[in-house]
Amino acid sequence: MTTTGIPLLNIIVFLPLAGAIVSMLIPASASKVWSRPVGLAFALAELGFVAYLVADFPGGKAGFEFVSSHSWIGQFGISWALGVDGISLFLVAMTSLLFPVAMFGPAWKGNARSFLGWMFLLEAACMGTFLSLDLFVFFIMFEITLVPGYFIVAGWGGARRNYAAMKFFIYTFAGSAFLFVAIIALVVLDAPHNGGHETFSLITLAKISSSLPHADQVLIFCGFAVAFAVKIPLVPFHTWLPDTYTEAPTSGSMILAGILFKLGAYGLLRLGLYLVPRGAADMGPLLLTLAAVGIVYGSVVTVMQKDLKRLVAYASIVDVAFIVLGFFAFSSQGVTGGVLEMVNHGLTTGAMFFLVGIVWEKKGTLRFSELGGLQKATPILASIFLVVVLAAVGLPGLNGFVGEFLVLVGTFVTHRWWAVVATSAVVTGAIYMLWAYQRVFHGPMVEPEPSGDEAESELTGVGGVAVATRTKAATKVTDMSWAQIAAVAPLLAGIVFLGVYPRLFLDRVTPSVNYLLAHVEQEAPNAHVPAVTTQHVTFNVPADQNVLVSPAKTASALRGDASPAGSGAKGGVG
Amino acid sequence: MNAAYLIVALPLAGALILLFGGRRITDPVSGWLATAMAAGSFVATVVVWATLLGRPSSSRSVDKTIFTWMPVGTLHVSFGLTLDPLSILWSLFVTGVGTLITMYSIGYMRGDPSFSRFFFYLNAFIFSMVILVLADNYLFSFLGWEGVGFCSYGLVGFWFDRDSAAVAAKKAFVTNRVGDFGFMVALYLMFAHFGSFNYSVVLAPLAAGHATIATSTATFIAVMLVLGAVAKSAQIPLYMWLPDAMEGPTPVSALIHAATMVTAGVYLIARTAPIIHFSPDAQWIIASIGAGTCFLAATIACVQDDIKRVLAYSTISQIGYMFLAEGSGDYQAGIYHTVMHAFFKALLFLAAGAVIHALHDEQNMKRMGNLRKYLPITFPAFIVGFLALAAIPPFDGFWSKDEVLAAAWHKSPVLWAFGVAAAGLTAYYMSRQVRLVFWGKSRWETAAADHGAAGDTGHSAAGDTGHSVAGDTGHGSVGESGHGSGAPHEAPWTMTVPLVILAVASTFGWLLNADFGGLDFINKWLAPIFPSTVATPFTVSTDTKWVLGIVATAFSLTGLALGMGLWRKAVSRPALEPAFLAHAWYIDEGIAAAVSGPLARMATRFSFVVDATWVDGLVNGVARSAAGAGRQLRRVQTGYVRNYALAIGIGTVIVLFYVSVRAGS
Repeated sequence: MTTTGIPLLNIIVFLPLAGAIVSMLIPASASKVWSRPVGLAFALAELGFVAYLVADFPGGKAGFEFVSSHSWIGQFGISWALGVDGISLFLVAMTSLLFPVAMFGPAWKGNARSFLGWMFLLEAACMGTFLSLDLFVFFIMFEITLVPGYFIVAGWGGARRNYAAMKFFIYTFAGSAFLFVAIIALVVLDAPHNGGHETFSLITLAKISSSLPHADQVLIFCGFAVAFAVKIPLVPFHTWLPDTYTEAPTSGSMILAGILFKLGAYGLLRLGLYLVPRGAADMGPLLLTLAAVGIVYGSVVTVMQKDLKRLVAYASIVDVAFIVLGFFAFSSQGVTGGVLEMVNHGLTTGAMFFLVGIVWEKKGTLRFSELGGLQKATPILASIFLVVVLAAVGLPGLNGFVGEFLVLVGTFVTHRWWAVVATSAVVTGAIYMLWAYQRVFHGPMVEPEPSGDEAESELTGVGGVAVATRTKAATKVTDMSWAQIAAVAPLLAGIVFLGVYPRLFLDRVTPSVNYLLAHVEQEAPNAHVPAVTTQHVTFNVPADQNVLVSPAKTASALRGDASPAGSGAKGGVG
Repeated sequence: MNAAYLIVALPLAGALILLFGGRRITDPVSGWLATAMAAGSFVATVVVWATLLGRPSSSRSVDKTIFTWMPVGTLHVSFGLTLDPLSILWSLFVTGVGTLITMYSIGYMRGDPSFSRFFFYLNAFIFSMVILVLADNYLFSFLGWEGVGFCSYGLVGFWFDRDSAAVAAKKAFVTNRVGDFGFMVALYLMFAHFGSFNYSVVLAPLAAGHATIATSTATFIAVMLVLGAVAKSAQIPLYMWLPDAMEGPTPVSALIHAATMVTAGVYLIARTAPIIHFSPDAQWIIASIGAGTCFLAATIACVQDDIKRVLAYSTISQIGYMFLAEGSGDYQAGIYHTVMHAFFKALLFLAAGAVIHALHDEQNMKRMGNLRKYLPITFPAFIVGFLALAAIPPFDGFWSKDEVLAAAWHKSPVLWAFGVAAAGLTAYYMSRQVRLVFWGKSRWETAAADHGAAGDTGHSAAGDTGHSVAGDTGHGSVGESGHGSGAPHEAPWTMTVPLVILAVASTFGWLLNADFGGLDFINKWLAPIFPSTVATPFTVSTDTKWVLGIVATAFSLTGLALGMGLWRKAVSRPALEPAFLAHAWYIDEGIAAAVSGPLARMATRFSFVVDATWVDGLVNGVARSAAGAGRQLRRVQTGYVRNYALAIGIGTVIVLFYVSVRAGS
């Protein structure tokens, strides 16, 4: 449904790539002057195109829009196919928003050309992953993200950056092996049902995968699940995360936590639920349990962290577990809430890592024992940090609550005890977040000084009630600069907007989610999708994307809508 | 009816202006702006109230939807207001008392470097509170519920550079979150059972008798909501945060931790009455919590030395009465007591604030004394509040407590006994307080002399820690030299005017719901909310009421006489101040020890042993053993990364083999 002639999605994928190439090509001598402005121009242009996409995306449509498909490696059924639906739309939007903030908000040293080059390459790969309608394209893009991710951590990270980067690479690469096998298995096993031709087309595979034997679906889903569980990461595959996030530079942490996480979660939904629903239904309880365990376990592990950045990293484990919980609740509210949580977590954790980076700039340390009383010297930083903390603990009126509540209420409808256990996070989340905030911003001002060892040891008491040395050095620390406020402002705006008026988001996401659930319900009676989510609902889906057996359920099929221009998903009826 | 939007919009606008204006809006301006917004909200509430009053009592409920908040599938939640007798009554006293306290704060907070931040929080609080009571569905109400919690967090920790304030703020928020757990689970149940959170969908059919609900479901929902209510209203077992919350500036204690926010639990239970009606168990739980709390907190209040902590425990105790009335099925009595309590407890806190102000932030009653000679307005105001709280006729507390106790008697004489005993204790601890503060020797003269040097020996945990160090309140505007020698002075008019108004309300407010002469305005006003299908009507005979009233008053007078007599001259009576009461039965300290001891140790072990060694090791170990197998097989020394690659490769081959076999079959 391209209303204009321009291939919007291709531009969105290739523009950052062009940005990467241009950044690399700027001669070293000119880099000091030109790298940042040129990079900013590319990032903002990308943001502009995505804003146009969001504005142009029709509400109430459940299928893929703006589809663009070109045969690529024809003999294997591989095509360059892109499309966007409600589920991917806001992930794309969040990506395009977070990248400029991450690239130009935090301070970083070193080679601007290669830094921006890697970042743009990462952005292109993330966009490609979210937009691809072809498993081969998805896999390539998914894997490419590893390379810039590795180099950003290893090149610009902290003291143990090489260890962290290697751990990150190995873990996720090992996961990718499972993904590769699962994709190949799916394509090969599905070929007989597609007239003997292999196809990597997402939509075609979704249509024919119901013919696969149940056991095969389960195995293939397990392959997906392992790959994505490492990437997400789901307990117990999470141990690469704290090391990587703590050692990564601020920009890297923002992108890793804000976006790379979501690749895994998105994959679980797009590949897991969409392609092998019966496998997803079988393994759903296991993943729900892992998510609930992750929420409780992650909370406990987070509380006692001694380093602010590590604490934020661990807190992410809890947040992403909510996403998985929502997905495998198989209810409209749960899955929509999970999708919203993906966007929320990008905004909130992105902002959080950014602010943590500023604290590091101000104080040169992130150990709680060496922090304290910052609010006096930096009231603006403290206020913004508080807003983000409150979003993270799920204060109604901010985005975190909407996502969390939808996930929990959606889970309760189908699996009530899992929801009750997960709700414990409203207490534990408040404990670790507010305690962290208190130790950084409240209390008397603390100056880490070489001779201040005694004062330091006094401060490590659990309640933070020990008497600390008061210094008059509050003036040494300055508040956030206007540039930093401007950088974080878009994320704050998103946090407030999605909390107060999530309808804009929900109206576009829910149809796609319901359509996905209708597909799951039809293919996998064992999923126990609540009937209320799909009954009496007609889906506005282009005919060639219809994956429901009974075409009567799709409104466009009833009306005989023409298939959208430019759509050519293989094997379609349009 | 469109004035209803103004009730909400004005405080919100005030909060936003103060938030973005920040320090550019200077000292008195931000205070007057906030006061004007609160007053505007009050006027708008009065307009709505008058409009509703002009309607027949059966049609005094109007829903106004603002916009859709969360539409997902069958879940549909809006921002909307419900204007009915219950919500407007609450809104009236919230905005009314809120206006007075905001005005009082202009004088109290004068000179504070964060003046406008304070008034931002006050306006944000009033906004959240009116959302809480005016919302037309539970989820929107929950937004206000959490909003007041956030404002409470910001205001308790207002002087954040005191560790004690920061800890108290966090404790208040986290304890309330335990209650929120219950509230949220109740919301899920509600959605699962009714498919909606709207009062008009969930409650109206039950209240009208058109629908019933299974006892087990009703109990489950009610108990979970009550968990939320006990946290917000500081009842057993989640009351511990309120005394610590006295770390906040005194106007905050008056507004949030006495008159309004802590009564949100009372509101929630009253609102949920149609569900609670179907669960006798829940009614018993509410009544028992109320009776237990009103007695327990009263015992603790008898031995506190901090002027605000006495009042804090008193608040816990008084809210216990409200719960007791609601659990006994007489919602009107509970709400009557809530309104009366808002008057006299706000008065007491504000008067206490004037005392603290006069003594330059002294809060320990043992260092006060003889102040009746120095505070010509505060002293009589405090006495009025004292008599009202002690339930001495004809002041407010007497009438409303009488109704509560009559309802309790009807429910069970045991509940009544707790209430009457607590009434005696209330009169006792309040007499002790006024004796220590206003009579006796001027102990503040000597206390002030060694105030800076000696530090604190008394256990006024809230009182003095770091208060003088940071100079945060700016009360020391008299200057350090004036600290020792300056005689206590009466507060400025912005502070005394609210005192006088509240004193008048505490004396005559009971006429709003007098039991005779057709003056029971509150009962009549609330009648449509609590029809017989919601609260089974019962009557306590007039004779019984007389007897009960006389007995309760006898208890109060005895307590008063004991207090006034025993503390006429004495400053310390160890026999009457046992340690276990001073330490609040060691309950809070026990919990704190458990949390910071075994629980913290367990969490630490999880963080640094289990996660770093076991889980990380397990995952690494799987890979390593695969690699180890490869090494055994090949007998070749390989690098770390290649081991992984080998393991991955072998796995891939195996799975590919399986797939190709399946594909061929």
